[in-house]
Amino acid sequence: MSDVLMRVFRGDAEGGDFVDYVVDSAEGDVVLDVIHRIQAAQANDLAVRWNCKAGRCGSCSAEVNGRPALMCMTRMNTFEPGSAITVAPIKTFPLIKDLVTDVSFNYEVAKRIPAFNPRPPDADGRYRIQQMDIDRGQEFRKCIECFLCQDVCHVIRDHPENKPDFVGPRFFVRLAELEMHPLDTADRTELMRYDAGIAYCNITKCCTEVCPEDIHITDNAIIPLKERVADQFYDPVRWVLSRFRGR
Amino acid sequence: MPEYETHEYDVVVVGAGGAGLRAAIEASAEGARTALVCKSLLGKAHTVMAEGGIAAALGNIYAEDNWQVHFRDTMRGGKMMNNWRMAQLHAQEAPERVYELERWGALFDRTEDGRISQRPFGGHRFDRLAHVGDRTGLEMIRTLQQHAVHKGIDVFMECTISRLLKDGDRIAGALGYWREKGELVLFKAKAVVLATGGIGKAFKVNSNSWEYTGDGHSLAYWAGADLIDMEFVQFHPTGMVWPPSVMGILVTEGVRGDGGTLRNSQGDRFMFNYIPEFFKAETADTEAEADAWFGDKVNNRRTPDLLPRDEVARAINSEIKAGRGSPHGGVFLDIATRQPPEYIRRRLPGMYHQFKRLADVDITTEPMEIGPTMHYMMGGVRVDPETGAATVPGLFAAGECAGGLHGANRLGGNSLSDLLVFGQRAGKGAADYAKGLAATPAVDQSQADVCANEMLGHFERAGGENPYDVQRDLQETMHSLVGIIRTGTELEQALQRIAGLKERAAGAGVEGNRQYNPGWHLAMDLRSMLTVSEAITKAARERTESRGGHTRDDYPSTSDELSKVNIVVRQGPDGTPQVTREPLPEIPGELRKIVEETPASV
Repeated sequence: MSDVLMRVFRGDAEGGDFVDYVVDSAEGDVVLDVIHRIQAAQANDLAVRWNCKAGRCGSCSAEVNGRPALMCMTRMNTFEPGSAITVAPIKTFPLIKDLVTDVSFNYEVAKRIPAFNPRPPDADGRYRIQQMDIDRGQEFRKCIECFLCQDVCHVIRDHPENKPDFVGPRFFVRLAELEMHPLDTADRTELMRYDAGIAYCNITKCCTEVCPEDIHITDNAIIPLKERVADQFYDPVRWVLSRFRGR
Repeated sequence: MPEYETHEYDVVVVGAGGAGLRAAIEASAEGARTALVCKSLLGKAHTVMAEGGIAAALGNIYAEDNWQVHFRDTMRGGKMMNNWRMAQLHAQEAPERVYELERWGALFDRTEDGRISQRPFGGHRFDRLAHVGDRTGLEMIRTLQQHAVHKGIDVFMECTISRLLKDGDRIAGALGYWREKGELVLFKAKAVVLATGGIGKAFKVNSNSWEYTGDGHSLAYWAGADLIDMEFVQFHPTGMVWPPSVMGILVTEGVRGDGGTLRNSQGDRFMFNYIPEFFKAETADTEAEADAWFGDKVNNRRTPDLLPRDEVARAINSEIKAGRGSPHGGVFLDIATRQPPEYIRRRLPGMYHQFKRLADVDITTEPMEIGPTMHYMMGGVRVDPETGAATVPGLFAAGECAGGLHGANRLGGNSLSDLLVFGQRAGKGAADYAKGLAATPAVDQSQADVCANEMLGHFERAGGENPYDVQRDLQETMHSLVGIIRTGTELEQALQRIAGLKERAAGAGVEGNRQYNPGWHLAMDLRSMLTVSEAITKAARERTESRGGHTRDDYPSTSDELSKVNIVVRQGPDGTPQVTREPLPEIPGELRKIVEETPASV
């Protein structure tokens, strides 16, 4: 055990500041262990979300030394010994208290994404799908909804006023998952173009960099969706044809 | 006088893991106005951590598999303590629940011919677990969550239920609080479905999330319902042991299903020395047969590495005690020498990642160090198999907080299927009950006031006992005195300690205010943790034999007399737990034959 200096944000919507805690840290510790140790011995009311402590639930997102990360997967031995470690709440969502933010935006957006709509099954009532046809979709379904991609996305991090018009990387992943689902029949391109605001994304790949599940959000989800929108709305051949067909 | 935000529903479902979500979907589909209330954000419940898969006799890998074989495996794995009717319904309905998830968007791993793939697991005779790599729970909870979102179910996230309210003998609603602001919420409801999961946070080394404080068990108990099988606590054989910060985190049984083997410090595959008489006929006794079984399950017997969890956990415990453990107090789990790196990374990506990131171990080249971790509660609310109804009218329970299906020991993979099968049944049961009720039961607010005053009382004791200290001492007590191996003397000591801890918990003080205050939340959760701890300990004292997830050093064998009874715990008139022995429902002859016959091909 050795002492570390943790600089943890304490406060609520009214305001707040970083508070210093000196706390024991043991071999193998992650940031969440140290936060829990502060909570148990020095500040029982320190608010923090967590569930699994194994990188599977996506609850303990925070900004550690300014970098968005899961506290349960951030090892203490990755920091310079002797230096203070800052832990702040994710910035893109309104603060509730300490390290807990109001992420209800994401749950509201989820309701606006049209549901999965499968084709009818085979004659025996079952579906046959080849593994190679689901590999792409399975990548997106690894998402643990930690919302770190939402947190770093400039479109809403620096411009909260865009939130009504832009669903954020998490939901492009969700849309890609539905669009590339081998059984799904719904067409969501119009939604992607208008309500979801896919054009706002200027593919800086910040979301991909922070994804703890290593989902290639920009390359595998957003860019293919942008291409689908472009094909449907901006393809000159389609445009001419649509003139003739009157729609 | 406390103030309440008030809501009225036909059905209130408490808990939003697999069972709660499935119950809410069903209740809502039946036309009931339904609320789903959960302690965490939606999609974060402990189901998300399930790794291996959903057990269902789809017969996609072995056409020989069917509900009868699944039923047999479940009953034998549970050492015949299971409620036979639950085990039958579970085995019969699990396949349809899996196909239903697929229709709702789940993408399971596939076989060569495009059907749902199935993997082998402990205690299952055939490859039976529908899965998605080693993140099946995430797939399941996300599918259910996304399906539920479009069904008009009202979700109360980060809202904890503290007490059930009654009108005479019936359920009339529930009292809870918003974690965010600390305000009190009163639900008026015709029916309540408990789907709160387990109790792991009462133990020091466990694989469970913070939510697992035995809320559903306690809410039911306080409302007068029966708890059964509380002595049966599952220690999963393979939890991480090093570094200390990850101690207890689960290592999926899928590692052994995919060929991984347990070894002691001498490199021996020690499980061959621990095959119990009960499983001798169906377990391989040579390494050659065990290894051949992975490729041909019809003509070879199962590797002892995949005996039911209670057997493997006890064996590991014995090896460690005999001085043949690994450097950090576990044993070795080796897949590196058994499968190529590419295979391991594809089949077990979560495990690969977890060990690499948290323990600096590359499981494709090095063995893992593992040891038993408290994982699952077999015992729970006694329910009617058909409807999930508890013994209190208007109260229903499903999933881990309900008892009966798994008997003395649960097989891996049978939990996710349990959540789906009995979540659906309890949701329907609750909706039907609500429809049949002529009038909405009346809520007597004074019942809520008593509890609310108790909850808020913690703020008047600033400087009182630190709730985190009480929890740590409780965890230590349960770990050392009511753990994997028990004795009568230690159980008595545990009861004395629990009595002391109850007093300390009642005097727990809270600093700060009601807004998102984890110290306050824990002070309230302690009540339920202590209630279940006492129930477990008293039931364990009553069962003077060893069976499944209950091992008594002072009574090492099974008892014929006790094989015929459940231990039932209910609150007596004086408010203390009363423990009785009550006969197990008798299994019909036809089903008994299925269980007792040794299949020709094993």
